Amino acid sequence: MAAGTQERAKQIGDVILAIERVSLAFGGVRALQDVSFDVRENEIRAIIGPNGAGKSSMLNVINGVYHPQQGSITFKGQSHSDVDSHKAATQGIARTFQNIALFKGMTVLDNIMTGRELKMRCNFLQQAIWIGPARREEIEHREVVEGIIEFLEIQAYRRIPVRQLPYGLQKRVDLARALAMEPSVLLLDEPMAGMNLEEKQSMCRFIMDINAHYGTTIVLIEHDMGVVMDISDRVVVLDYGRKIADDTPDKVRGNQKVIDAYLGVSH
Amino acid sequence: MNWSFFFEVLIGGMLAGVMYSLVALGFVLIYKASGVFNFAQGAMVFFAALTFVSLLERNWNFWLAFAMTLAVMVLLSIITERLVLRPLVNQSPNTLFMATIGLTFVLEGLSQLVWGSQPHGLELGVPDVPMEWLAQKTNINISHFDVFAAAVAGILVATLALVFQKTRIGRALRAVADDHQAALSIGIPLQQIWIIVWSVAGFVALVAGLMWGARNGVQYALTFVALKALPVLILGGFESVPGAIIGGLIIGTTEKLAEVYLGPMVGGGIESWFAYVIALLFLLVRPQGLFGEKIIDRV
Repeated sequence: MAAGTQERAKQIGDVILAIERVSLAFGGVRALQDVSFDVRENEIRAIIGPNGAGKSSMLNVINGVYHPQQGSITFKGQSHSDVDSHKAATQGIARTFQNIALFKGMTVLDNIMTGRELKMRCNFLQQAIWIGPARREEIEHREVVEGIIEFLEIQAYRRIPVRQLPYGLQKRVDLARALAMEPSVLLLDEPMAGMNLEEKQSMCRFIMDINAHYGTTIVLIEHDMGVVMDISDRVVVLDYGRKIADDTPDKVRGNQKVIDAYLGVSH
Repeated sequence: MNWSFFFEVLIGGMLAGVMYSLVALGFVLIYKASGVFNFAQGAMVFFAALTFVSLLERNWNFWLAFAMTLAVMVLLSIITERLVLRPLVNQSPNTLFMATIGLTFVLEGLSQLVWGSQPHGLELGVPDVPMEWLAQKTNINISHFDVFAAAVAGILVATLALVFQKTRIGRALRAVADDHQAALSIGIPLQQIWIIVWSVAGFVALVAGLMWGARNGVQYALTFVALKALPVLILGGFESVPGAIIGGLIIGTTEKLAEVYLGPMVGGGIESWFAYVIALLFLLVRPQGLFGEKIIDRV
């Protein structure tokens, strides 16, 4: 265990994403208050907290869905404050959704292929005629996608419309689509939510494999503390929109504030 | 039973149905890509046809006028995207539907403001008279124009179906149709996609406008052909390009056959409303249409 930790520590690089004193409010509801933390290249960073702690809001701020009223976000050394989710995608931030936002009527393959959209260069006319470059491009991207399909072990479902798949597999397709974007940072919104133990374990394995194999930096939010502790390098704990802890899993586990937040204490 | 007469009615009905399909196509395209029932499609048909015929009357060359009208339709979709769709991203389909009703009135007013409200004749060079050789050989009267319209619709549909199924743009269109927010987050340029779809729908409106304009004259009543596309859509399914064609064929033939064989029993004149009866029956039995996507909600 100690040797493994050291090996990982070597791979982890510089700060790629820095969140500084971010506050977000919806009318009178303060979703995030003065939250700061950073994410380093190649690490698995977890954001945990009880229900309503502001985890999803945090993820949406990073993804450019929400714009914080105060504070700044720096991604790869550049200010990230006025970025929307399309722009975030072009900069290399991909995400999955808590309530799976796949294209339900399309096949698994087509869903994952949409993840390659940003990497494709042929214009509308070339595609409409469907010759030469457009065809070559499609084949090229198809190869990348096949690699991802194999990686996530969903070969058997290529041609099946996503809506017909069971929940656990849909989650995996969601992950595959995000991965097809070859992001530098992958945001996972409760990847284990609603899964049984076996599915949770295989999802954990996939997350670690992605991190090791593609070198993708992973930010994941999770409600369930147990699962993430085993796979994360560092953990941020949020409660009522505030950061109450930011440390390695072992230290977070022993933190009195965190225990109180999860178990509830009389204030 | 007079079989050659039966076939004449049948074929005539199918060809008339293709004309409905042409209009229905425009609805399908926009519905597929943005989940919006574009109430303004009829107004777009009218606007395109009126612009084209007015340019033609100002001594423009046919193809030049066609290209110019197409350019106007593209411009229209850019403006629509900017002023109507973009501010309403992630709103419910009903909100967008209401917005297209507004767009209808703007378009109808605008076209008559610019080009005037008098009816125009339109001559495409294809005569709307029966083909003589066919009439002599088989005693069936089929209009040149009907066949021409069917051919145009066939080519249009084949092209669109290919684009939707086989190209990356088609895939992106379907993705946007399914989930705006997810499409944005994987970097599909929503705005661009909408402009493309509305432009293609504008192109289809232009073609439909030319066909209907050549048959009935270019006038305000053209906006009502959209109403005839409704039963076609209900039959074929709102998101299916082939459905628009099959739906058109069914509506066309049944209303002609009903007029000829059932009409006399009730004193005639049932062609104009029979399509809606079929649509109503379909809504009861198969609300998603023949080719529509079945809606299954998980609880």
